Amino acid sequence: MSIELNKNTSRSPLSQRIQPMGIPGLEITDKLVTVTIDDKEVTVPSGTTILEVAKQIGIRIPTLCYHEDLCVAGVCRICVVEVEGQRTLQTACAYPVTEPITVRTHTRKVRQARRHILDLMLSKHYGECYACFRNNNCELQALAKEYGVDFFRFGHPEKPRFKVDRSSHSLVRDMDKCILCRRCIRTCIDLQEVGVLEVDKRSDQSKVITFGDKPLGEVVCINCGQCINRCPTGALRANDPTEEVWAAIDDPTKHVVIQTAPSPRAGIGECFGLEPGHPLTFELNTALRECGFDKIFDTNFSADLTIIEEGTELLLRLHKALVEKKAVALPQFTSCSPGWVKYLEHFYPEYIPNLSSAKSPQQMFGAVIKTYYAQLNKIDPKDIVTVALMPCSAKKFECNRPEMCDSGWKDVDYGLTTREMAQMISEAGIDLPAMPKSDFDDPFGTATGSGVIFGATGGVMEAALRTVIELVCGIKVEDLFEHADIIPVRGFEGIRFLELPIKKVGPVPDLLKNLIPDWKWLEGATLKVAAAHGTANAKLVMEDIKAGGRCSECHFIEFMACPGGCLGGGGQPIPTSPSIRAARAKAIYSEDASYEIRKSHENPAVVKLYTEFLTDGPCGHISHKLLHTGYTPRGKYIV
Amino acid sequence: MLVSEREQLRANIERQVKEFGNDRSALIPVLQDVQHKYGHVSEYVMQVVADILHIHPVEVYGVASFYSFIGHKQKGRFIIRLCRTISCDMQGKDRVARQLENDLGIQFGETTPDGNFTLEWANCLGMCDQGPALLVNERIYTKVTPETVHDILEECRTLFGVYALQEKETLCELPTPVK
Repeated sequence: MSIELNKNTSRSPLSQRIQPMGIPGLEITDKLVTVTIDDKEVTVPSGTTILEVAKQIGIRIPTLCYHEDLCVAGVCRICVVEVEGQRTLQTACAYPVTEPITVRTHTRKVRQARRHILDLMLSKHYGECYACFRNNNCELQALAKEYGVDFFRFGHPEKPRFKVDRSSHSLVRDMDKCILCRRCIRTCIDLQEVGVLEVDKRSDQSKVITFGDKPLGEVVCINCGQCINRCPTGALRANDPTEEVWAAIDDPTKHVVIQTAPSPRAGIGECFGLEPGHPLTFELNTALRECGFDKIFDTNFSADLTIIEEGTELLLRLHKALVEKKAVALPQFTSCSPGWVKYLEHFYPEYIPNLSSAKSPQQMFGAVIKTYYAQLNKIDPKDIVTVALMPCSAKKFECNRPEMCDSGWKDVDYGLTTREMAQMISEAGIDLPAMPKSDFDDPFGTATGSGVIFGATGGVMEAALRTVIELVCGIKVEDLFEHADIIPVRGFEGIRFLELPIKKVGPVPDLLKNLIPDWKWLEGATLKVAAAHGTANAKLVMEDIKAGGRCSECHFIEFMACPGGCLGGGGQPIPTSPSIRAARAKAIYSEDASYEIRKSHENPAVVKLYTEFLTDGPCGHISHKLLHTGYTPRGKYIV
Repeated sequence: MLVSEREQLRANIERQVKEFGNDRSALIPVLQDVQHKYGHVSEYVMQVVADILHIHPVEVYGVASFYSFIGHKQKGRFIIRLCRTISCDMQGKDRVARQLENDLGIQFGETTPDGNFTLEWANCLGMCDQGPALLVNERIYTKVTPETVHDILEECRTLFGVYALQEKETLCELPTPVK
C-alpha cells in the first residue's frame, strides 16, 4: 500500500546511497557461490560482500568506514584482505562475491597493510585519548590496540591543526580527530537527506566541511546528532553542559529538578555494559537521587499532556474544517521532535501552519515546573533549575530557543543526553544496574504507557489514537485493538499509514465540553493518519503532500527526525545499528505493557493539572500561554 | 548583488539546465559554464544550482572545491597556470616562473591589484615534450622562455589575443575587478 512512498527515491549519488548489503549493479541474486575464507568454506548468494560472508561464519574483519546503516564507501581501506588471483589487496566491505574465491584475512601482507593504514591515520589524528569523550569507546583507539600500535611510524601531530567548532547549541565538531571515513557525510546526505556535511578539496587537503566552511550554527543543520552516533572517533560530539549541571547541584540555593524521557532509560544500560534492551527506569531514579537531584520527574507526564493538547488541537482543526467550513492547515504535523521542527523550518517553511503549536513534552514540563510546581511548593522559580534527560542532541537547541521562556524564566535550563548522564553517574561512583529501584516524585509521579511509547517511531500516533478513540467514540480502545496495542503504526517501515473509520460517536467528555458541543459531525468519517521516521522519509511525505498524493489526504502525521524515533536519537549510547534500535524498541513496548494506566487522558496527574491549574482546559488561554509556541521560517539559503 | 542581477543569474542557470538536463549529472557542465561566463562560481550560484538540480548545496560546494578549474572566489581576467611537473621543471620552468612573478609583481596564488592577472601552479598539462608549458585561460603556450613571457603578457594586456577577443564577445557580464 505504501510501496510507492517506500521505494528508494534518494537523490544522493550511488556511492552515498543506503545499501546495507551488496554493491550497486551487483545486487544479491539467487545464484549461489562458494567462498573459502581462511580455509573455511561457505556457500552464499552471489553479490554478498566478503565482509558479510566473514560475519556469517564468525571471522572478524576490522572496519572503520563501514556502517550497517549506511552505504558501502570503501574509503578507509582497513578491511583489506588477500583474494587469491588478485594482484592487490581488496576491501572486504566493497567486494561482492560473484564467483568462487579464496580469501585470506590475516596474512603477513594484510597485517602489514592494515598497520600502515592505521599509522597513516594516526599521523594526522590529533587525538589526546585521555581528554576525549570517546575514550574506551573509540573505534580507532580499539583498532590501534588490536594491531599493537606502540609508536607513530609516520609521526603524530604535536598541536591541534583546526579550531574546534562550538557555534552550535547542540553539536561540537573537532576536525583534529576526524579520520575522513565519511560516515557523517553519508549519514547527513543520504540517511537524513539534510545535506550539511561534505568533503572539501581532495587528497591530503581534504577535510569534512559544511557549506562554505561556515560554522555549524549558521548552516541548515537540524541538530539530529545522527552523525555523532556514527562517528568512529570523537570528531563529533554533543555540546556538554555537565559542568553547569554539577554546579547547580552543588549550589544549596538551587532546587534542581530533572525529568527523564523513556528512551534514555531504555538505552542507558548500554553505557554500563548491559546488552541493548534493558530499561533501567527505576534504578535510574535512585542513581539520580544519589547524584544530588532534588526531584525526579517522568517526562511521560508531559507526554500525556502533549497528547491532550495536540489531540485537542487536531479535533479543533477538524471541527473548523468540517463544521465551520473554514480554511485550515491540514494535515496536522506533530511537533515533538525538535530536529524535525528545524528541518521543516529550513526546508518547508511554507508548511509551518500545519505544525502543531503544542510544545514538545520537554518544554511543556519545563513550563509547568516553573509555574504550577513552583506555586504548589512555594519555591521561587528563579531558584529552580530544570534539567532534561533526553536521547537527543536537538533538545539542547530547543531549550535554547528564545521563545521558550513562557514561564517567565528559561523553561528548561539544560538538556542532557543519555551519554552525558551516564558520564555523570559514573563520575559519582554509582554502579547503575546494581541500584535499588525507586519511584518518581510527586506530584507528577504517575505515568501512563502512552507516554512511554513516545520514544519509538509511531508512538506519538499510537498514544494520540488511544486518547482520541476513547474521547470521541466513547468506547474502549481494547474493543478495537487487542490490549490497546495499535500494531499498524508500529515497526520500522519508513512511512506507515492507518485509516480508522469512526462508526459511532459517544458523548463529549467534560474536558472538552466548552470547546466542542457534540461529535455528530465526526460520525461516519474516516480518520487517516501516518507516521514517518528519519528526515529522509519526512521529505518523501512532504513531497507527496506537495504533489497532492496520499499523504495530503491524511489528517494527522507523526514525524520523528531520527531513524527509529527517539530511541535512535543523537544523544543515545554509541554505537547504533538496526538490531540495537529494535532491542530498545522492544524494551519500550514491554514497559508500556507493564503500566496499569495506558492512556494519556486517564493520567490522574494530568486530570489534576487541568482541574487545579489549567482551569480553562486544553487549548485554553493559560495552556496557550504556557504549553504552545510559534515557529520561525528559516529557509534553506545560507547567506 | 542586486535583486535584478540575481534574477538574471537564475534565469541564466535555468537556461543552461534546460540544455544539459535537469539532473545531477548536469552539475559539472553547468558549473563550467558559470565559471566561463562569470569567472567564478559564487556561493549564491552554488545554492541556486543545487536548488534547480535538486541536490544539496554542500554537494555542489564539494564538487566545485574538488576541481581546481572551478573557483568560488573571483580571480583575475587572465588566469595564468604554469605547469610544475617534472618535465617542465627540467626544461626550466623555474626561470619562467621568476619572470612571471617579476613582470606581474605578484607571487603564485595571487591576483594583480588591477584584477587582470592571476598566477597559479598547474599539474601536468600534457605538453611534456614541449615544456615549459603554461595556460592562459584556455589557451596553451609551449616552449615558453623568459623572453616569450613578456610577449604573452603583452598579448593579454592589449587584448588582441585570439582567445581574449573571443571571450570578450561571449561574456554576457564582465567580471568585476577584485578590490
